[in-house]
Amino acid sequence: MITTSSLPLSDRLLALVLRLCGGLAALVLGGIVTVLLVRALPFLVSEGAGIWKSTWQPGQGEYGMAPMIAGSLFVSVLALLLAAPVAILLAAWLRYFAPRLRRPVLAGVELMAGIPSVVYGLWGMLVLVPWINQWVPPGASWLAGSLVLALMIVPLALLVTDAALGQLPLRYQRAGEALALSRVGMLRRVLLPRAAPAIVGGVVLQFGRALGETMAVLMVCGNVVQWPDSVFAPVRTLTANIALEMAYATGDHRVALFASGLLLIAVTGVLLMASWRLRGMSHG
Amino acid sequence: MLSRLQCSLGLMVAVFLAGCGESGSAITVSGSSTIAPLMAELAERYETETGIQVDVQSGGSGRAIADVRQGLADLGMVSRALKEDEQDLEGYLIGRDGIAIIVNSANPVRALSDDQIRAIYTGKTQRWESGPGEGRDITVVHKAQGRSTQELFLAYFQLENSQVQPDQVIGENQQGIKAVAGDPFAIGYVSIGTAIYEAENGTPIRLLPLEGAPASLAVLAQGNYPLARELNLVTHGAVSQPVADFLAFVTRTDMADVYHDYYFLPAVE
Amino acid sequence: MADRVAWLAGLVLLALVMVPVVLMVTALWQQSADVLSAGFLLEDPGRAGRSGGIAALLISTAWILGLCLMVAVPLGLGCALYLSESLPADSRRAQWLGGVLDMLAAVPSIVYGLFGYQFFAITLGLGFSILSGALALSLMVLPLMIRSAEQAMRAVPMGYRQARDALALSRWGWVRRILLPCAAPGIAVGIILSAGRALAETAVLLFTAGYVLRRPDSLFDSGRTLSVHIYDLAMNVPGGMPRAAATAVVLVGLLVILNLLVRRVLRQPMTEALV
Repeated sequence: MITTSSLPLSDRLLALVLRLCGGLAALVLGGIVTVLLVRALPFLVSEGAGIWKSTWQPGQGEYGMAPMIAGSLFVSVLALLLAAPVAILLAAWLRYFAPRLRRPVLAGVELMAGIPSVVYGLWGMLVLVPWINQWVPPGASWLAGSLVLALMIVPLALLVTDAALGQLPLRYQRAGEALALSRVGMLRRVLLPRAAPAIVGGVVLQFGRALGETMAVLMVCGNVVQWPDSVFAPVRTLTANIALEMAYATGDHRVALFASGLLLIAVTGVLLMASWRLRGMSHG
Repeated sequence: MLSRLQCSLGLMVAVFLAGCGESGSAITVSGSSTIAPLMAELAERYETETGIQVDVQSGGSGRAIADVRQGLADLGMVSRALKEDEQDLEGYLIGRDGIAIIVNSANPVRALSDDQIRAIYTGKTQRWESGPGEGRDITVVHKAQGRSTQELFLAYFQLENSQVQPDQVIGENQQGIKAVAGDPFAIGYVSIGTAIYEAENGTPIRLLPLEGAPASLAVLAQGNYPLARELNLVTHGAVSQPVADFLAFVTRTDMADVYHDYYFLPAVE
Repeated sequence: MADRVAWLAGLVLLALVMVPVVLMVTALWQQSADVLSAGFLLEDPGRAGRSGGIAALLISTAWILGLCLMVAVPLGLGCALYLSESLPADSRRAQWLGGVLDMLAAVPSIVYGLFGYQFFAITLGLGFSILSGALALSLMVLPLMIRSAEQAMRAVPMGYRQARDALALSRWGWVRRILLPCAAPGIAVGIILSAGRALAETAVLLFTAGYVLRRPDSLFDSGRTLSVHIYDLAMNVPGGMPRAAATAVVLVGLLVILNLLVRRVLRQPMTEALV
């Protein structure tokens, strides 16, 4: 690199502006955490221990968020369990079994990825929930939330997997053909394992999206603060709780919602670090 | 490429400055989501008549009180009577509404006593006892915290929120109606106005009478519906002339049809 | 044999994913059939959204989206340039900044809503306004914008960089004359993807831009975007469903157009751009 002092003024200005922009990203994250922390700190000091309890009755000063943290995780995990196999198998199928369908299907899937969550939520509320209700009431449930979320994350998970498979060297496929492996065998033994790190990394990102989704979940999950005893039981997620109560909350109740925002950031951070570890290990 | 960038930056500054030129002289109204659609329509009419802008933000009655006290809103929409500790506020009665118990129209139940409703909401009664829904679990639809609909419901049935065993917690009225319309075994409660509007427009819900009093506007108007409530606009401190004018406007007799349109009773007929 | 079973299984999976979406879109279409017309786009909403069209909302949406991009694009480009030009990809600082960006991208949108409400609307005193909403949204799309621009810049061939060094071209000249033009398609894709994300967002705007249905006169007015309108009509306005569905059709239509734009810019599906 050339030393800074020998550069013309415009270049030094550019370097400064770029550095500022780079700093800005860090500033945004820091700013969000600071603002939420400033708002929630007095509450966290006085009631901080209470947020790990199970009872959420803001009217009576009880701010237990544990079931909602669990709710967020449960709904997202099930959504991922439903969506990931479908997305991965479908991506592999499109690439190796139905290459002619690949382009049109991917085009359709891209459109799916763009449909706003409010629309998915509306459909879930008007169609999916009554449908589940016919089998196992009440309908609005953990399962309904996970199904809607799964539908929302399949598209991007599929696109990511497709790209990961696309980056595999052609020689794997050639070698498999030379060994007269069946296409299923080749996928199972060679191709999918080789692409696994990239696929896992991409799919974990979708988990983050599921966890952060608000409107769709609010419309289909039933929003009862409780530890669900089955997938058919209603749950409330942290995000839905904020959307449901923020416009109606005053005083400590409102501050508690800011605290739950911090909690969401913390959960996201933990998951992100886990995914870095996971990817680091699979690369290593 | 960069010159285009510079252009857009310049444009941004220009737009920003243009924006700064005008300051908000609008009247801000915030609060109850039950009143909000009605108020939005009244505000629309007021604007066409006078040119003065009225911004309506939706939230809850509790929020309305906080906003008005802090001066964030000129007027608060409160869908209940003012409480003891809210006497620092001035309330203006604009209309009346009630809270209706609703079930799906496929449900043969025609009436439930207060005790039965209390038993259902506290989880003592878990299943419907007769009709095609016999033995099926009741889906109890309850409202989330901070809504005056919920507070009044709890107060009427002498329940604490922690006693209620809901199967679904909803935010706004329409979500409650969709929940009950989509579930033949559900029971819920929403604003009477909203419920009648939907029932008359073909949504499969039925309003249950309360203690023998049918949930209708006629009964409400006679003062015989037990779970009735006031719709109020509230102010804090001195009322400015524009706000006073708007208050006079929303209680004008020729605005009654707007209230009727939402199946609310106007305070002045 | 196994291959044939796999063929069938794939078709079933495909149906599993596609059928609900097709049903969803047709249901929306049917619900909105009576309402949807050219007039729907050109008229202002009346009676709290139960009659009229969505012209005022299209205007509010355009303001919010435009302002959001005006903030996010320059900042995003600056940050992407910093990442791709000033920092070696494997330097500590680049990795650290990358981590911050991943984190920003993963933070739930509703947290941006909380922050935007507290910081822009309350602390800075902007209130429920188009400005608050646009600023909060711009922060939300910033990581996406940065990442796609950075990728486009890193994809500029190494040979160009070597030529730059050989010719002792100034950094500024390099960025302006070569890097940005070369990376332009990728940057355009980043902008369009950010616009799509912003258009689809509801939660952030509920707390920052507010609910007002009128055409905005200034940036300090509250204004509703299409997605907030769908939510409010469906959840809170008696008889709002047909227009909620029609608004959803318009919104999905806009997003489809954005998708087609991406294809045009790239001359290929956006799959390759995403990864």
